[in-house]
Amino acid sequence: MASADSSLRWKHLHKVLTKSGPFSDEDWVPGPETITALETSKILGAGGLGCEILKNLALSGFKDIHVIDMDTIDISNLNRQFLFRQSDIGKPKAEVAAAFVEGRVKGVKITPYVGKIQDKDEDYYMQFKIVVCGLDSIEARRWINATLIGMVDPENPESLKPLIDGGTEGFKGQARVILPTLSSCIECQLDMHAPRPAVPLCTIATIPRQPQHCIEWAHQIAWQEQRKDHPFDTDDLDHIGWVYNAALERGKQFNIHGVTFQMTQGVVKNIIPAIASTNAVIAAATTSEALKIATSCNPYLDNYMMYAGEEGVYTYTFEAEKKPDCPVCGNLARNMTVDPEMTLQDYIDTLGDRPEAQLKKPSMRTEEKTLYQRFPPQLEAQTRPNLKRKLRDLVENGQEIAVSDPAYTIDFRYRLLFK
Amino acid sequence: MTDLFPSAQTGPSSKERKYDRQLRLWAASGQKALEESRVLLVNSDGPWGKQSTGVSGVVGVETLKNLVLPGIGGFTIVDPATVTEADLGVNFFLEEQSLGKSRAAETCRLLKELNPDVEGNFQSKPIAELLKKDPDFLPQYRLVLVSGPLKRSALNALCKAARDLNIPMLYTRSVGFYSTFSLQLPPSFPIVETHPDPETTQDLRLLNPWPELAEAASRIDNLETLDDHQHGHVPYLLLLLHYIEKWKETHNGNVPSNYKEKSEFREIVRSGARTSNPEGGEENYDEAVGAVLKSLNPFSLRSAIREIFEMEECKTPRADSSDFWVIASAIREFFQQHNVLPLPGSLPDMKAQSADYIALQNIYKTKARKDIEEVTNIVRKLESILGSRPAEIPEKDIEIFCKNAAHIKVIHGCSIPEIDREARIFKAIQNSISVPDSLIPIFIAFQVLDKIVTDIQEGTLSAESLDSETAWNAQTDRVLSALTHNNQSIIDEDTQERIVEATQELRRTEGGELHNISSLTGGLVAQEALKVITRQYVPLDNTCIFDGVRSRSEMYKL
Repeated sequence: MASADSSLRWKHLHKVLTKSGPFSDEDWVPGPETITALETSKILGAGGLGCEILKNLALSGFKDIHVIDMDTIDISNLNRQFLFRQSDIGKPKAEVAAAFVEGRVKGVKITPYVGKIQDKDEDYYMQFKIVVCGLDSIEARRWINATLIGMVDPENPESLKPLIDGGTEGFKGQARVILPTLSSCIECQLDMHAPRPAVPLCTIATIPRQPQHCIEWAHQIAWQEQRKDHPFDTDDLDHIGWVYNAALERGKQFNIHGVTFQMTQGVVKNIIPAIASTNAVIAAATTSEALKIATSCNPYLDNYMMYAGEEGVYTYTFEAEKKPDCPVCGNLARNMTVDPEMTLQDYIDTLGDRPEAQLKKPSMRTEEKTLYQRFPPQLEAQTRPNLKRKLRDLVENGQEIAVSDPAYTIDFRYRLLFK
Repeated sequence: MTDLFPSAQTGPSSKERKYDRQLRLWAASGQKALEESRVLLVNSDGPWGKQSTGVSGVVGVETLKNLVLPGIGGFTIVDPATVTEADLGVNFFLEEQSLGKSRAAETCRLLKELNPDVEGNFQSKPIAELLKKDPDFLPQYRLVLVSGPLKRSALNALCKAARDLNIPMLYTRSVGFYSTFSLQLPPSFPIVETHPDPETTQDLRLLNPWPELAEAASRIDNLETLDDHQHGHVPYLLLLLHYIEKWKETHNGNVPSNYKEKSEFREIVRSGARTSNPEGGEENYDEAVGAVLKSLNPFSLRSAIREIFEMEECKTPRADSSDFWVIASAIREFFQQHNVLPLPGSLPDMKAQSADYIALQNIYKTKARKDIEEVTNIVRKLESILGSRPAEIPEKDIEIFCKNAAHIKVIHGCSIPEIDREARIFKAIQNSISVPDSLIPIFIAFQVLDKIVTDIQEGTLSAESLDSETAWNAQTDRVLSALTHNNQSIIDEDTQERIVEATQELRRTEGGELHNISSLTGGLVAQEALKVITRQYVPLDNTCIFDGVRSRSEMYKL
């Protein structure tokens, strides 16, 4: 396996793989077998931290790396996604990144797939030893989490695929290791990443106070009224420009100052600030864990590290708890307190914002009956009248409901407790 | 300060689009500071003995990557090493054709590809030679990055040269699963835009409203007679002011001051809400109730600001004092007169009719503007007393200072720590070493490594000493006895064991870097570099230790 040339090249890495340290497991056998195990481990990287993750995996000795990314390169990626150049704008990220790292690091094979992680099925994910994700949407994270947990077959240890997740926002970020079914999962930790509360529609429609409210009005209401034949495209600068001008006008009307083009873009695209340095920290935190898991050369993260860089260098490493009522890895329904006087429609609307649910398009049923079903159309029409009914008329206090959402493959079980 | 953002009709320029995601963090002013800065990277200082080429400098190159991407003005890499086979296994900014060539030249070339806006240079000579030959070499840089371990004599000379020129310096080491870095800042390093969490910075002056604000509150005296719609849209600030006035009537003119009184007050506010509506309550009242505990506090000066006001340069600024100290001095005078800082003037969003909210917002903005004017007048007065200053302090700077006055910060920089140099460092180490999970043992292990590398480079130890039990034990004993010379009990058996384990783990790669740890550390170091260069947010003071075995880090003032 290790030629003279290769052992010279990888000499630093091979030292930690061929020598045990004071913290490595007592049963671990360092040596050529560990190196072979690493080099033959097929590993998957995905998401916005992809550039850093691919570089790090390639220089950690992984030889068979797959990468999934559906995006094409945008000019605003160039301030941090260092494998891309001005001339690459418009090309698929996965292909450009794979070609670059293959060209730079001798002997590594990188297989790109341009598309969504949701395009792939269990057979596909089964081929990997580890999955490393730097995804930028909570939806994609929850999907891969549920998929990997669903794949675990207690009879087959190979079916357990460690998921290493990293995410950043501005100067902050987090890295976590998830051992499907064994440790706390992304769904268990969902309420640690609560969505920003949405501005109430009545504020946007009638009583704006902030420049953001004017932008939301232009985006959600004015565009619908005046340009409903043109689907709004957040990447079209002319569209943003139109919304910006409409928001400016609305601002003038209400004496609200501060609408800018940059703010308009930020609001309509829900832009999260991102810099190279934070991405480097978090991506390397995830790949360092991948190396440790693949080789056992040191203990891996158990299980969460958060980082905040606004004031000095702050990290907090802790073990997030596995929740027995986690809808994905637990086996109990999760308690949810609701107002029995609220209509089913109102309840459905709150599911999008509730930190522990964050379901945008839920359908739901009890064991006996369907409460609301979005698809197929006949069933939708049939269950639509329920939307206007109060919860107390549809379910009993303490009754369990199953909620499904097109974004996820699993059902979420909640036990509704009346307030 | 030029405005990077477009006027009304034009969209963003291509540069604004490229940097959009970071401009949202440090704005055009931070970007300008970045683009005007040149950074020096001292990435190695020659071989360690015959076999080893010395520091592989991955952490330095990874740091630079994170500065080139956001658009630093320029960089220079100083690195006398030639590229070896081992470099290619750990450094991404080298390629097959780089073998045998100057590492400075090759890493510079491949880093420059990342951003055509950035100027890149290199020097393949040792830093000591460059410093000696050209006295103008160091002053062109805003920041010096050093990848260690570096032999003490070279490091100390560089530290001193940087300190004499007031140039901040970051000394980093990344070895195996461990890394540590220290930031050397000038003796006084002020920051105005510290970007505190907006939640913690509200200053609404509800307990001591100025006349215009009190006036606005008195206008809702007819609260009970308002119709439901109006009642449900009175901004919560005015509700609180209204109920405070009522409270004062029955409490000898005193405001609710302790927890018990505030809780009582909160219930009074809560009971004012109308509940006979379909929602069964009112949002503005909910907001008022929620704000009682955090907003009903008398103004108090944070101790950090009090300390700044006590500093000599704040009390008596000199003609050559920086603008910061002149404005700080003016704010101090303002505080002495009014017992409050200038009002920041921002208002959180709250349930209200548009016009009512804007009117209230204008009351805050107008007061803030008045305060800025007053501070500006004091600044101008100080300027004329001080005389002969290069330029009048820009109004914009005074405005930014006033808005951030409660959160300004002055860091008292100190040197790159070395264990056997100062009593201060001994003390700091002794204080933190016995804390469970302390990462100080890793710092001590790095000190041992520094010493061994110094001895190798100076020829008193052979290159094999990097992996020699005897050399490590001897140096570890030396550091331990230095630490315990005045107090044996500082290092108990358990602590000693942790130090030994840290040195064992550190020795595993014989001084070599692991890419992940260097990349992570390069991210952390770049983050600190950005904060130092933009003078925004709050940089490290002064040492960070990262433990890649347990995925933890800690900060220490050493």
